[in-house]
Amino acid sequence: MLTQSKGIQEQCSTWIVWGSAILIALSFLSLLGDLLWHGWAQLSWSFVFSPPQNAGREGGIGPILLSTGLIVGICMAIALPIGLGTAIFLAEYTQGHHRFGRLIRGSLDVLAGVPSIVFGLFGNALFCQALGLGFSILSGGLTLACMVLPIIIRTTEESFRAITFDQRFSAAALGFSRSTTVGCILLPAAMPGLLAGSLLGLGRAMAETAALIFTSGYVDRMPESLLDSGRALSIHIYDLAMNVAGGNPNAYATALVLVGLLLIINFSASWMAEKWTTLNQLPT
Amino acid sequence: MISSSSNILPHFHSDHSLLWGLRFLALIAGSLLLLIVMFLLQESWPAFQHVGLRSFFTDEGWHPSEDLYLLTPMLWGTLWASLGSIMLAAPLGIGSAVFIQYYAPSFLAKPYRRLIELLAGIPSVVFGLWGLVVLVPLIARWQPPGPSLLAGILILFLMILPTITLVVQASLAQIPVSVIHHATALGLSRWSMIRSVILPTAKAGIFTGLFLGVARALGETMAILMVCGNVVQSPSHLFDPIRTLTANIALEVAYALGTHRSTLFVSGLLLMAMIVVFVVMAEGFRHREANAHTK
Amino acid sequence: MAPLISEIGKRFETLHPGTRVDVQTGGSSRGIADVVNGLADIGMASRALKPQEHALHGAIIAHDGITLILHQDNPVHDLTNEQIKAIYTGAITNWKTVGGLNAPITVINKAEGRSTLELFLQYFSLSNRQIRAHVVIGDNEQGIKTVEGNPHAIGYVSIGTVQYDARHGVPIRLLPLQHIPATLESVRNGTFPLSRPLTLVSKTLPTGLTETFIEFSRSPAVHDLILKQYFAPLP
Repeated sequence: MLTQSKGIQEQCSTWIVWGSAILIALSFLSLLGDLLWHGWAQLSWSFVFSPPQNAGREGGIGPILLSTGLIVGICMAIALPIGLGTAIFLAEYTQGHHRFGRLIRGSLDVLAGVPSIVFGLFGNALFCQALGLGFSILSGGLTLACMVLPIIIRTTEESFRAITFDQRFSAAALGFSRSTTVGCILLPAAMPGLLAGSLLGLGRAMAETAALIFTSGYVDRMPESLLDSGRALSIHIYDLAMNVAGGNPNAYATALVLVGLLLIINFSASWMAEKWTTLNQLPT
Repeated sequence: MISSSSNILPHFHSDHSLLWGLRFLALIAGSLLLLIVMFLLQESWPAFQHVGLRSFFTDEGWHPSEDLYLLTPMLWGTLWASLGSIMLAAPLGIGSAVFIQYYAPSFLAKPYRRLIELLAGIPSVVFGLWGLVVLVPLIARWQPPGPSLLAGILILFLMILPTITLVVQASLAQIPVSVIHHATALGLSRWSMIRSVILPTAKAGIFTGLFLGVARALGETMAILMVCGNVVQSPSHLFDPIRTLTANIALEVAYALGTHRSTLFVSGLLLMAMIVVFVVMAEGFRHREANAHTK
Repeated sequence: MAPLISEIGKRFETLHPGTRVDVQTGGSSRGIADVVNGLADIGMASRALKPQEHALHGAIIAHDGITLILHQDNPVHDLTNEQIKAIYTGAITNWKTVGGLNAPITVINKAEGRSTLELFLQYFSLSNRQIRAHVVIGDNEQGIKTVEGNPHAIGYVSIGTVQYDARHGVPIRLLPLQHIPATLESVRNGTFPLSRPLTLVSKTLPTGLTETFIEFSRSPAVHDLILKQYFAPLP
């Protein structure tokens, strides 16, 4: 009897899990399919590298790609060290009731829920006006770093906390310093969480629109310095779809390029992480 | 945590500098919120002076040109949209993570995960555009006008699903293999093992995933702007158009001056208050769970 | 206006090497506010300057019209001003009342603060409170896409934006206003009742590079750019 009902439960759950996976895969594939359908015709190497013309209806997205790369690069270059450091601090040096740690954790949680547009306005006030950077790639990158920080910290902290204590005890028994323990043993073990957090953060950064309108701006010229205003891919898509009559085909094509970029980034990030993990991991 | 005041372990210099370095970084991260709150307070001060906190909840409607600033319908809009989306995304997100980790054959698991990772990076404008061009006309055919709470819930659901799935899957991946070995040794079937052993063990990760999902839903602006209709009213059913607090800010901030602009920042503060309440609730819940475990 | 000025700016840069024209987007009020604050040298406004802005200097560079749009499949071809008013205030809720199909009307309004909304309200002598809308949109294209997806919708947008789309196969019809067709030509010869000037605003009387740019934007040298965006250049 027991095994029979277990069998039905097992069957049901398998159906449900597969069903939900298929449902999700289908809806997302239809979204991607829609993008392909509308944008494929516009894709070409010249589209990727040449500058936009006629308000973006013609020409390509070369300068915009560069601006986006710079903005996201700055964002991750700032957010990853601060994020990793804070996560390690929270996970390894504070316990549940530690006041400073709780305060930081709480503030990061709230930060995760702040709307992107508030970040944009804040970034404008702090980076563009108070720090005098003006509409620039630097302002955009810094603002995005603020947005992405909570995601990276939370996921990384969780993954550090998930590591069982025996690893740390063994390290202490062997006389390792804290830094060695963290760097050589814990960090590789926490790799899945760190990677997930970084990819999520990166994804969020590339997908962000509202925050960048007010900080890195609208200019679609090839940026010559980090202090130049630069248009990000998502803003370009928004402009073409919502502001420029007839911008639809190029909007979709830009979206496809964005998706392609994400694919490349995801693949390389996973590949790198796997390499590092296999090089550093202690056998379980 | 390995530390005690009478530590017999040698003190390393690198540890000392590491601790201070980490403290510094954590301080930067922690002070961000403070800066933002200060910024919001500064910008919304004129509104508090001229309009007063009460009016935001008792005025007749949202008509800035006539000095009426009622926020409650938009508050409901935000709440209902986020609630609806998390109710859909939580089971499906956890289900997807479980699928990737335990059900999918390896040739499927990797591409499926790639697909989800890809979706985490798609801009909100693309989701919004797709919603506007595909989803809203579909809904309009069923029940006009089309842009509605339902459209918002569905789009939000699609947007937060990848976050939940990826975070939960990462924490599932970290569960020690020994746990699974033990469970199998006890004769548990796959589903029973997942339900009674794996999911409870991964509780913290699931929690984080759900939390990040809700946070994203509460803060989403552009996609909601494009598919929800932006009519200021409390929704009475799924097909009513709504305006969320975030969409309101986005819609009006570039065009508002003076007091009107300050009221938009007040709605930003209101959103922050909502998130703080949510975070406090989440912390309380988590503490209860942690204590229940130790007992 | 941002796409138009972007293009004018690019042409200006090629004709005057060494100059840079940076365009930021944001709406008429922001354009004026940024000029007043000194964040921008020139502000873009898709309306005439208001009386309280008389301290600033505005230069008109083109004209645009505001038209009502319907889906192409909607059998209604013409509406009187009273009918439009009634639809927007919720007095008429079904297309059959004005000679169309038996279907509820989906009313699309623009968000507060937009000059398009202000001009619309001014022309029909309405206040925003009186309008009963089902959808509120931000940008012109959002309105166009909404009407495109809903055959029973009515909205109003800038002629420049929608005429391009209509000519490129989007199933939208522009309604005539007071029986005057809503086209670039009628805006150009001044017969269209609901038109607005596209203005470049500066804090003080423009001098130097600012003056050169504004003059350039008003000159026939950019007429083709203006026409490309379906706005009416200065005669």
